[in-house]
Amino acid sequence: MGWARKILRVNLTEGTCTPEPLNMQWADEYLGSRGLASKYLVSEIDPKVDPLSPENKMIMATGPLTGTMASTGGRYTVVTKGPLTGAIACSNSGGFFGAEMKFAGWDMIIFEGKSPKPVYLFVENDRAELRDASGLWGKSCWETEETIKHQHQDPQIRVSSIGRAGENQVLFACVVNDLHRAAGRSGVGAVMGSKNLKAVALRGTQGVGGIKDFKGFMAATTAAKKVLADNAVTGQGLPKYGTQVLMNVINEIGSLPTRNHKDVQFEDAAKISAEAMHEKRASDGKSQLVTNAACFGCTIACGRISEIDKGHFTVVNKPEYWGASGGLEYEAAWALGAANGVGDLEALQYANLLCNEDGMDPISFGATIGAVMELYEMGVLTKEQIGIDAPFGSAEALARLTEMTARGEGFGVEIGQGSKRLCEKYGHPELSMTVKGQEFPAYDARGIQGMGLTYATSNRGACHLRSYTVASEVLGIPVKTDPLVTEGKPELVKAFQDATAVFDSAGICVFTSFAWTLADVQPQVQAACDGDWSMDKLNLVGERIWNMERQFNTAAGFTRKDDDLPPRLKTEPAQTGPAKGLVSGIDKMIPEYYQVRGWTPEGVPTEETVARLGL
Amino acid sequence: MLKSLHIDPAKCTGCLQCEMACSYEHHGVFNPSKSRIKVFNFEAEGRKVPYTCTQCAEAWCMNACPVDAIRLDAGTGAKVVHEDICVGCKVCTIACPFGTINYEQDSGKVQKCDLCGDNPACASACPTGAITYIDANWTGLDKMRQWAAKANTPAAAA
Repeated sequence: MGWARKILRVNLTEGTCTPEPLNMQWADEYLGSRGLASKYLVSEIDPKVDPLSPENKMIMATGPLTGTMASTGGRYTVVTKGPLTGAIACSNSGGFFGAEMKFAGWDMIIFEGKSPKPVYLFVENDRAELRDASGLWGKSCWETEETIKHQHQDPQIRVSSIGRAGENQVLFACVVNDLHRAAGRSGVGAVMGSKNLKAVALRGTQGVGGIKDFKGFMAATTAAKKVLADNAVTGQGLPKYGTQVLMNVINEIGSLPTRNHKDVQFEDAAKISAEAMHEKRASDGKSQLVTNAACFGCTIACGRISEIDKGHFTVVNKPEYWGASGGLEYEAAWALGAANGVGDLEALQYANLLCNEDGMDPISFGATIGAVMELYEMGVLTKEQIGIDAPFGSAEALARLTEMTARGEGFGVEIGQGSKRLCEKYGHPELSMTVKGQEFPAYDARGIQGMGLTYATSNRGACHLRSYTVASEVLGIPVKTDPLVTEGKPELVKAFQDATAVFDSAGICVFTSFAWTLADVQPQVQAACDGDWSMDKLNLVGERIWNMERQFNTAAGFTRKDDDLPPRLKTEPAQTGPAKGLVSGIDKMIPEYYQVRGWTPEGVPTEETVARLGL
Repeated sequence: MLKSLHIDPAKCTGCLQCEMACSYEHHGVFNPSKSRIKVFNFEAEGRKVPYTCTQCAEAWCMNACPVDAIRLDAGTGAKVVHEDICVGCKVCTIACPFGTINYEQDSGKVQKCDLCGDNPACASACPTGAITYIDANWTGLDKMRQWAAKANTPAAAA
């Protein structure tokens, strides 16, 4: 049946943990994880609620394929109203925590209210209880996980927690599980912090049974794994180079946002690329990359496990950072590197380690540093204000500002508010490279036009994971389209958005979509889940989820004008590379996109669309 | 000809497909906590190591069992726990130097790798070839071949 059919409701104000049956009608309409948890959220909170108030809720949710032998079937999502954006937030994470939740017998956990004191939730199969976390408050994610395992004398517990960034309500704080996997974006960690919830610790020994058609499921998952293994990206590129395989590719096509999007190519891209991570360092003769690693159930294994150069200035007297740990992934390497003009691979890994240690989204953090450095170069911010000289390219500034932001020190408190609030405060809102308050990821909207539309219309603010048209526009998956034109992009973006909602809601990783289409996912869902899960139904579910999220944002106060890009991308043409002379054609694409979506010219789903989707 | 499970930790990514396959084969659920093969993650070293019973010829568990519940499967060489005989005394778990036979609370018996009747599910599920099921007399063959390749001898003597 895929689902455990049981959810846990945790009222932090009252200190109660109550099991409930899963709403199976909603499961049939929204599948699981992102879609199903969002349905619960929009049904239970006022869209205008303050994201950091007790009235907001936070849901950790698995999908029907989470905890099964479906490849990458270990994902969970954190769904809430995001404090960085004020929009619906859904952040997705791998690692092993999601599968453990399912093994303990739960599809999702809904957190509501606010605890009067720091607590953590401990779940052992059917037993769930809130425990005192006063001794954990102030600790990093790494210390928290270690301490909980030690206290329970159980190394097999899986932990998801916030670090000091989440406690301090840094607006781009993550929820970190398994040391270096994160529900990264939109500040879901700040919501957890606002509820005085330090961690969730799980131990599940019940497993996932009751797959509807087990023989069919094994056949479907085995066939789908072969598709991944035979594909050049998922079978070779990602395991060997990780997502970092993209650094040189995206730089060459002139879409690597550099120095707060002033440039679209970075002269030091090769120094911070996957290839550089494989090269032996002059200092110690070792490569930064130690090995690749898989999340639960993943047959791709794109994860990077690296060792920082022990002699690098950032860690020379800090042996706690010398061991192998997660990073660098492409987004982090870009945001901490190219976005700030920093070409020092070891400094990027140091900043990345701190982001993992204390739970910060390296994309939003790095992009905010890009804005700080531009303001510094303009003379708007001074060394005295920041606490350090912060020109573009300064690895020292990057390292120091990461420490300050993670630990809530000095100017780091202002950085922790994200680039929108920071740039507004210092009189230059136009320098914030954000949509709906969330920072851009690592693709420039001038050189990959579809990504401009992706960012502008993403329901959680600027994000590449809501419709990764890079696959089509750059890599030719499933078909090659021209990245420099706007024609056909509204249809392309809609198709990617709807399909991605299904991948996310099934409990699998969106990276499978480098090789899989929905037609590869469908037989796995069909065999696992009760009911009929045809292609038509899955497409409808994806579109339904997208429109439900949109309706929430509309009710929260977002309008047509929020589906836009910063002026830099619309008025300052790319200066080099294949996109030289181009700006984003976002103004042309938006009206077409609304039409393709069945929305009014103001971007609101029409009554007809709402009725067709059963919303 | 007997075969044996052969593990190459350098190829393991830590995905746990083997643990799910094992638990399904023996318990009908995806449940790593019931798996007879475990993957250990030495986080700070970046090493992942799958570990399970090596089917000792003079098996400590088999010799220690007071009720003769652990017996040799002559077809595969596996030392197999016969659940209908096992009384759950756990003496075998003490005798085994490697920790690869363990008590299982739900059944009140012990469990260990039985090679799935000559078709180990873990090896079939492993996506990277870290777990293979090969000729028990030649588990070193691949390693030998790799070293032989490094010998760098000329292609022909003449």
